[in-house]
Amino acid sequence: MFLARVIGRVVTTQTYPGLTGERFLIVSPLDEHGAACADTLVACDVAQSGIGDTVHVCDGREATLALDETFVPIDATVVGHVEQFAHESADGDP
Amino acid sequence: MKLGRIVGTLVTPVQHPAYDGKRLLAVRPIDPDGNESADRMFIAVDRAQAGIGDVVLLMAEGSSVREVLGEADAPIRCAVVGVVDEVELEGETMYPAG
Repeated sequence: MFLARVIGRVVTTQTYPGLTGERFLIVSPLDEHGAACADTLVACDVAQSGIGDTVHVCDGREATLALDETFVPIDATVVGHVEQFAHESADGDP
Repeated sequence: MKLGRIVGTLVTPVQHPAYDGKRLLAVRPIDPDGNESADRMFIAVDRAQAGIGDVVLLMAEGSSVREVLGEADAPIRCAVVGVVDEVELEGETMYPAG
């Protein structure tokens, strides 16, 4: 599970049947200072996130457990919208 | 399991229902000597009443975490399962320092 920022959106017209209606976002993993720290990836969304939001992403097998259909080819899901990240040196948004 | 240090806490008002009532921590993996490892920062559910600055045991393995939480269907992959008091490496006490 990691912190990320939503930087884009992906629209699909043809997908694996179990993924119909799912939202896909492009997310950029963040470090504790709010800086991008790894390659961007595409994640499903169950937290009604939008571009610019700081989010909490669950990856791996557990990513599909957040969806209605739990046996689908998904390896990352946005499971939370981060309102505040209290850092050891400063409070506030990342 | 990994050794890590708590570097932050998260407030997530909109989240998957499996996370309701659970504390979320930001954990930076560390080497046994206390330096930050190359791993990226993890977000983990707190099961050890850990706070910022604590050195902790981090489970980042998936199904074993769901077993610890007793929630087989929760989309949760990482949990803080212990607060570390002491780390000894090759006969030398690495934590607490000094």
